[in-house]
Amino acid sequence: MEHDVSYVRTEMVNAQAAPASERGVVKWLRENLVATPMDAILTIISIALLVYFLPSALRWLFIDAQWSGSDRSFCATVAQGGAQPDGWSGACWAFVKAKYEQFLFGRYTISERWRVVLVGAMFVALFVPLLIPRAPYKLANAFLLFVVLPIVSFFLLVGGYFGLPRVETQLWGGLMVTLVLSFVAIAVSLPLGILLALGRRSDMPVIKMFSVIFIETVRGVPLVTVLFMASVMLPLFLPAGVTFDKFLRALIGVALFAAAYMAEVVRGGLQAIPKGQYEGADSLGLSYWQKTGLIVLPQALKLVIPGIVNTFIGIFKDTSLVYIIGMFDLLGIIRQNFADATWATAQTPMTGLIFAGFVFWVFCFGMSRYSIYMERRLDTGYRR
Amino acid sequence: MASQDIVRHDAGSRSSFLNDPKIRGLIYQTVLFVLLVAFVYWIVGNTIENLRRANIASGFGFLNNRAGFDISQSMIEYSSDSRYSRALVVGLLNTLLVAVTGIVTASIMGFLIGVGRLANNWLIRKICMVYVEIFRNIPPLLVIFFWYFGVISVLPAPRDSVQLPLSSFLNNRGFFLPKAVWGEGAWLILVGLVVAIAMVWFVVHRARKRQEATGQQFPVLWTSAGLIVGLPLLAFALAGFPLTFEIPTKSTFNLVGGFQIKPEFLALYLALSFYTAAFIAEIVRAGILGVSKGQSEASFALGLRSRQALRLVIVPQAMRIVIPPLTSQYLNLTKNSSLAIAIGFPDLVAVGGTILNQTGQSIEIVAIWMVIYLGISLLTSLFMNWFNAKMALVER
Repeated sequence: MEHDVSYVRTEMVNAQAAPASERGVVKWLRENLVATPMDAILTIISIALLVYFLPSALRWLFIDAQWSGSDRSFCATVAQGGAQPDGWSGACWAFVKAKYEQFLFGRYTISERWRVVLVGAMFVALFVPLLIPRAPYKLANAFLLFVVLPIVSFFLLVGGYFGLPRVETQLWGGLMVTLVLSFVAIAVSLPLGILLALGRRSDMPVIKMFSVIFIETVRGVPLVTVLFMASVMLPLFLPAGVTFDKFLRALIGVALFAAAYMAEVVRGGLQAIPKGQYEGADSLGLSYWQKTGLIVLPQALKLVIPGIVNTFIGIFKDTSLVYIIGMFDLLGIIRQNFADATWATAQTPMTGLIFAGFVFWVFCFGMSRYSIYMERRLDTGYRR
Repeated sequence: MASQDIVRHDAGSRSSFLNDPKIRGLIYQTVLFVLLVAFVYWIVGNTIENLRRANIASGFGFLNNRAGFDISQSMIEYSSDSRYSRALVVGLLNTLLVAVTGIVTASIMGFLIGVGRLANNWLIRKICMVYVEIFRNIPPLLVIFFWYFGVISVLPAPRDSVQLPLSSFLNNRGFFLPKAVWGEGAWLILVGLVVAIAMVWFVVHRARKRQEATGQQFPVLWTSAGLIVGLPLLAFALAGFPLTFEIPTKSTFNLVGGFQIKPEFLALYLALSFYTAAFIAEIVRAGILGVSKGQSEASFALGLRSRQALRLVIVPQAMRIVIPPLTSQYLNLTKNSSLAIAIGFPDLVAVGGTILNQTGQSIEIVAIWMVIYLGISLLTSLFMNWFNAKMALVER
């Protein structure tokens, strides 16, 4: 077979590259930084601001910072009675380094600090598997974390039993207080909040009224007043001679406060469940608690995970307010150390606050990222 | 067989009245009610007993006693000879002052940052994102400390004040501005302003009527701006410029004269604004994202200009999403202003705390706090609900 085909291309010609302005860095720059004249102006202003602030911030944080030292003279200029040249300004990480044990444990008896570390280790060992969806034995794990661990921790942290010396809660402080307060408040507020939310949606007028009044009153006032109430008024409410630990009082205040907020978040979830689900459960002959526990809550809680985690983050941040009733959580103890004559310099407050901010930020940011991850995982795809 | 079963089942349920949900509900409620009453009775009994033993007279009579302490910042006349009730009013006014100024600033900042997070400009987007992620994840108290101990306390002492434009100074005693001293005839300016507002209202009304009737538009915005600025200015000129400024001047140790904004207020105000702005930014972003793209496309298809589309189509719809969470942020800001006590700004809680320490009237003070904060929450909610209803979708 002879074909007179003068020209047949046997292979494809490679596509021509897009014009330089439509690809790579140039395109990205054009679209993202200088798309319009207005954008260009904004970009220039932002870059100018960054160039102005970022280098000096980095210098302050790292390059000019004082990393080691034993007292204030390392972080003060000559004029302020220190060793640094005049005009020096930098973070005083030596302060954080010298005080970090206090920031972690407060004034907890030094020889007994292994107990706090042990509790922390147990908490991590139980908490991390709970976060990993693939890890087995979730129920046992949760039981250990939420029932066994608090009991063990109580005996370990407070002491006074099994030959452990007692450590008064006035000595507690630092990150430990922040974490204990927020863990207990979170663990108490979720079930309590669910009960209050169910109560608010109940058909029984007395229970409904009680829930509404509690939730709205607590949500209408600042936490500071609730804490004041817990610290000043609670002793008045109790019979003479009965005293309550101050730490416990703060704990009750924070937990009740958090429960009211949690209740409103859970109520949002309960309201979002279609009526058919309730009716379906009723027609299957489930009792109220079966209906709630097996049908409604699993769906409702899944819907409001972001809200719940937001409340957790709120509780975690709010624990810093116990400083106002004279307890020293992480922020409180750092604030208290500004007044420490050995370390008082112009740089100390900022350094301490940045350290505290960083610690709080890591915890809160971690929580919010985990909630996003969990939300995606649990998304069964029914939504649009 | 089947019918027998039913009958038996029926008989069984009747035999135990406990299975009737109505009766059970009644029992639960009665139990809760009795428990509550018993609890309250117990608490009240204990309290009365404790108060009697501590020799504290209950009741609000103490409010008429002499306060005996000074308040560093007051919007009304106050001295240590004033009564406790006046001290509380000073505190309440300070709370409201910081709440209102904070809300205004936080709204403006939050709106700008929220829009910035959706900007086409990558740099702006990222800067706004970093801002939001930082401030949402640290406690408000830390932000207050940051401004108070980290920034304002380390500003130079008064004699090395940082000089800013318009003869204002910044130092560790606060922010000093020229103080406006109004001369005689200044009331004319106020009259001018009131007249201008009335005229603007009239113009807006007429312009809408005309547009509805004839379709012709009237430049309402420019006319209103002209009236509001122009009339008071005219009055100012007519009265013979009755305004002088008292400029803060340096003396050996301090700045004298002028209008001083105290560092405590400045720290609290900046902290609350910066903190709440991050939350408002997220709300604004959600609101804008919540308006579907078809809405803006449709308004362009109708021939609206982009500013008109924004004003007439997008913003009204975004507002519907934004208002409820925005209300709760405003309330949060107001409640967070109670953190003032940590840096000694005399707000309601700080003043109340001082009184509480002096008199021991804890129940009364906490009750006053709760009533006032609940009242503020209620009023704000009512106003925002009214506003929300006005903005809500009118469905037929």
